[in-house]
Amino acid sequence: MVEKMINATINDKAVEFPEGSTILGAAKATGIDIPTLCGLKEVNEIGACRVCVVEVEGVERLVPACTTKLENGMVIHTDTPRVLESRRTTVELLLSQHNTECAICVRNGNCVLQKLAQELNILSIPFEKDIKWNTWNERFPLIRDSAKCVRCLRCVQICAKVQGCDVWDIQNRATRLDVGVHGGIGIEEAGCTLCGQCVTHCPTGALRERDDVDEVLAALADPDTVTVVQVAPAVRTSWWEQIGLSKEEATEEKLVSALRAIGFDYVFDTNFAADMTIMEEGSEFLDRLNGSGPLPMFTSCCPGWIRFVKEYHPDKLPNVSSAKSPQQIFGALLKEYVGPKLKMAPARNGHDRLEGVREGAGLGIGIDTNPVGSGVNDDANLAAIAEGGALGENEKSYKGKRIFNVSCMPCIAKKYEAAVEEMVREQDRDVDAVITVRELVRLIRLMHVNVEALEGTAFDDPMDEGSGAAVIFGATGGVMEAALRSAYYLVTGTNPDPNAFSDVRGLDGWREKTFDMAGTPVRIAVASGLANADKLIRAIDAGEVEYDFIEIMACPGGCVGGGGQPIHEAQELAGVRGQQLYGLDKARNIRFSHENPHVVTCYEEFLEKPLSHKAHELLHTEQEKW
Amino acid sequence: MALMEVVRPSEPQAAAQDLCDTLARRARSGSLGTCPVELSDAFVGLCAAQSCGKCVPCRVGLAQMKNLLESILDGKASEKDLSTLEKTARNAYLSADCAIGYEAGAMVIRALKGFKSDFVSHADRGLCSAGSRDAVPCMAGCPAHVDIPGYVALVGAGRYADALRLIRKDNPFPLACGLICEHPCELGCRRGVVDDAINIRALKRFAVDNSPEMFSVAPDGQPSDVSSPFHHEPTGKRVAIVGGGPAGLTAAYYLALMGHTPVIYEQRDHLGGMMRYGIPAYRFPRAELDREINWIISQGIEVHCNTSVPNDITFEKLQEDNDAVYLAIGAHVEKSIGLEGEKAEGVLSAVEMLRAIGDGFLNDFSGDRIVVVGGGNVAMDVARTSLRLGAESVTVVYRRRVEDMTAQAEEIEGAIAEGCEILELNAPLSIVTENGKVAGLEVQPQIIGDFDRGRPKPVKADCPPAIIECERVLMAVGQAIDGESLGINGLTLKRGQIVANEFGEIEGLPGVFSGGDCESGPATVIRAIGAGKAAARNIDTYLGFDHTITCDVDIPVAVTADRMACGRSNTTERAADARKHDFDIMEQGLSDQEACQESDRCLRCDQFGFGGFRGGRTCSW
Repeated sequence: MVEKMINATINDKAVEFPEGSTILGAAKATGIDIPTLCGLKEVNEIGACRVCVVEVEGVERLVPACTTKLENGMVIHTDTPRVLESRRTTVELLLSQHNTECAICVRNGNCVLQKLAQELNILSIPFEKDIKWNTWNERFPLIRDSAKCVRCLRCVQICAKVQGCDVWDIQNRATRLDVGVHGGIGIEEAGCTLCGQCVTHCPTGALRERDDVDEVLAALADPDTVTVVQVAPAVRTSWWEQIGLSKEEATEEKLVSALRAIGFDYVFDTNFAADMTIMEEGSEFLDRLNGSGPLPMFTSCCPGWIRFVKEYHPDKLPNVSSAKSPQQIFGALLKEYVGPKLKMAPARNGHDRLEGVREGAGLGIGIDTNPVGSGVNDDANLAAIAEGGALGENEKSYKGKRIFNVSCMPCIAKKYEAAVEEMVREQDRDVDAVITVRELVRLIRLMHVNVEALEGTAFDDPMDEGSGAAVIFGATGGVMEAALRSAYYLVTGTNPDPNAFSDVRGLDGWREKTFDMAGTPVRIAVASGLANADKLIRAIDAGEVEYDFIEIMACPGGCVGGGGQPIHEAQELAGVRGQQLYGLDKARNIRFSHENPHVVTCYEEFLEKPLSHKAHELLHTEQEKW
Repeated sequence: MALMEVVRPSEPQAAAQDLCDTLARRARSGSLGTCPVELSDAFVGLCAAQSCGKCVPCRVGLAQMKNLLESILDGKASEKDLSTLEKTARNAYLSADCAIGYEAGAMVIRALKGFKSDFVSHADRGLCSAGSRDAVPCMAGCPAHVDIPGYVALVGAGRYADALRLIRKDNPFPLACGLICEHPCELGCRRGVVDDAINIRALKRFAVDNSPEMFSVAPDGQPSDVSSPFHHEPTGKRVAIVGGGPAGLTAAYYLALMGHTPVIYEQRDHLGGMMRYGIPAYRFPRAELDREINWIISQGIEVHCNTSVPNDITFEKLQEDNDAVYLAIGAHVEKSIGLEGEKAEGVLSAVEMLRAIGDGFLNDFSGDRIVVVGGGNVAMDVARTSLRLGAESVTVVYRRRVEDMTAQAEEIEGAIAEGCEILELNAPLSIVTENGKVAGLEVQPQIIGDFDRGRPKPVKADCPPAIIECERVLMAVGQAIDGESLGINGLTLKRGQIVANEFGEIEGLPGVFSGGDCESGPATVIRAIGAGKAAARNIDTYLGFDHTITCDVDIPVAVTADRMACGRSNTTERAADARKHDFDIMEQGLSDQEACQESDRCLRCDQFGFGGFRGGRTCSW
């Protein structure tokens, strides 16, 4: 069908756009800027804020550019005195109900309302302040501040439409309309998956993650604590976005140096743990294919998805892989396997691990090959470690030191996951604190790290190496692709072409494919966005589809579109960030999890083999238990 | 002596009066599930604005009631504040000097009683219990939730067949409803805020009149390709439906679309229920009714007329032969007020008379003087029918005032225009007979009195009874239900009415559902349709399916235009002198020009306001 074209005039410029285009869309494409606040493409197109009003000749009242479709012959003006007055009054009204303490707001400098007020040159508000305050459980990983809410309803809509959850709802009516947890219940019981999509789509500071920066600072400041940080795959695609770096400058190595500059003693890569996840999850899948457990098997690395399945489809829990997520596998291995190698004794139970540790130098784990950092931390003890396996006199200084494991994630739900009782052994959390990319950026600013001047350094050994399969975990379909690469090897004994399974890539919310696994057809599906996951599960229940292996990521596009990522108004960056990960995969020497030498060593000297008793104890969990 | 000023309306006065009129209209129009506590707060504010300020319970009391209401709405109030509010309202009612104060107090007391749970919800949890579902007032008001803004827009776009497709997603009776629906949708129409409700019913009729192809039936009685919606795969399930009125036919229609086999058992000669046996042909021509029913039947419904339960087939047999049963027998039993002489020759109940006409039997009233007892729509129907049957005169006797009649105003006006006389404020006492035949109706004049349950009661006037001479008396005093007649063990009845839960299920009889007049009490066609639609959904679920009824017609986008005040186009009737002698259709539909303008008047609440929130339009159910 030929698209019907509409001819109109915007600010004296003749324009032609396909039928169905909005005034806003047409103006934007013509290079004419119309300010907006509430609109969110395809999610919240309700014309609630009236900031984008424009004048159409022949129509007495102003019309919202976001929801008004272009009509033939329309003559539109976007900045007439009437428009400007109306827009300014509307923003003044919003500000009259807004806690305008911008200086101490987490969105200062990245707030749509603040930007509007500046653009409209609003220097005072003619109305009485009338702010609605709320109370909130400040320990919950997701925080809502009613005093900063503009009632744009984006959160309500994204939760319902994209994530299929209905955590938020409108409350009360008329002038008292507010957004709140549905039914007025506590957020803890509301079925919130902590995906954080409401946070990344909030135009102001009304929604944010719980800030755990202070906890990290305390650990960094404590002389009796050795701080370790792990970095998730998707973090390296976005950490630079709001600190003045370009994508080309912001290498993985530079990120490592920035973390060292902040003061972390060890900087490790979650990718190592992602490779371990593949070994465990892939083996579990093959076992299930042979009848050891129910199919389809769902992946388990996304805690937003885990919270979703527990809350909304608990009957599917037996189908969820028992493998812990990379974050938690990292935590368990750090505290039980790598920690002792580093000659650092976890303080748990006062047990002195040092005594059981073999000579570091003899392990082939070259801690001496990786200097501890950029020289920012000149702590003598750490320098001693950097100098090599022979700890000598300094050895004793590490006795009784606590390892504090910080995880840097594109995710809010990870804060929850790290605190789950099943992930705490002997009163010590495997992962002590989780910070989002946004908190990482705040830490970088707080510590005045001059990122531009930093020379890159490599991740610390032994958790430095991650395969290309691991790095793509951050994009939707990545876990599936990584798992298939190794599963193929485990079944056939030979490696497939590393790109053999790249058909699972893409941004469609629900993709499916059948791969031939040495004669066995394996039916896989990949979904991101929980409404898609919900649809997929319902289709399974209705008998409409059948799969063997399913990857689910709560956030659209996967972790690259995660709820803990930097916030960019009106931009969805999952696509470009994902491409960055595929680029990193392609450039890696090792493309298969089972070829990661540290993975091989870890099994050889510690875990024996995937799904061994020890692996079960440390790297798996009973999903039904939490 | 000082000169006396001639009173003229002042401009400010006129402006204030205009505001009051606009406000009154606005108060009646629908909003997004308006919070009743918010409304009470606003009304108390209005009352306070009217206070002259002289006496304390009104001047201070209303101000304090407003404060209390605001703190309740702000979630800062306790149970104690609720009782303070009640006490203050009672004080205003009991002790204010004039009606402005005491009626305001009475209103707050009514509000506290009427929606106590809303007050408590605000006080306890700081939350309103109003939901956000009723975003589009007309759709919320329609018992079948027909996509009204959608079809109104389609009519405006000249896409009449699409309009019918969209209506039939929720209501298989666009033709019937275009002619005789009571249009509860129009009550809350937001256009009332601007000028007057959209003439929704007339636009539906316009769509029907302009899309005859949508009633086409293939020669073999099979559904025609042009007019038929999507049918799901056959399921092999049979559902017995007792009663072929609007509820039964609606349930049968949707069950057929869902792939089941509905089987209707109708005790009379023809299908249609009260649409045929209760509504006169001049309002709903029989050929039109047949056209609609034939089309519905063509969608795959098995019909057995002249088959009564339990005389021709027992309920047990129905249960045995079918996977579910739907009881929709309507309310077809005449009520009696026990007048002396009621059994005399010449006394006829409205139900009996209209039923006979439904089967094609027309009484000859030539030369007779007729008295009709009653004040509802049925009374008007039999009065006007009597004229058409040759009556010399028709007098409607009613014990209250004309404005208290439950008949719709246009029905009363129509009857009067055709020559019926309305004798208000006269209560029937007895039927006067001569040789066993009616000779007149003895009536007692009344005056209108105190209010009782929302409307004023008639009181005996201080004067003697009178006799209205006549040959026939027609009793139109309401219908009853005879659930007993079905002979079903385990069926709970309440004064003959079938008791079912909110989903139409009959508790204790799995797989048996009921709806329509026999379950709700005598109501409207559209309520029966709504019940039949719900029954289809719930029976489908009971049978273990989850079929969806959908319509993929795309809805025109609302054009950008100011919606300035514009009068509502009403339908007209044929001249009284011409119409009163025949049973041809009385109402004349809108012209093209009128329909276009009327469609443009629609405020498109589906697109503006909260209509676009959440999923926006409901495209399937």
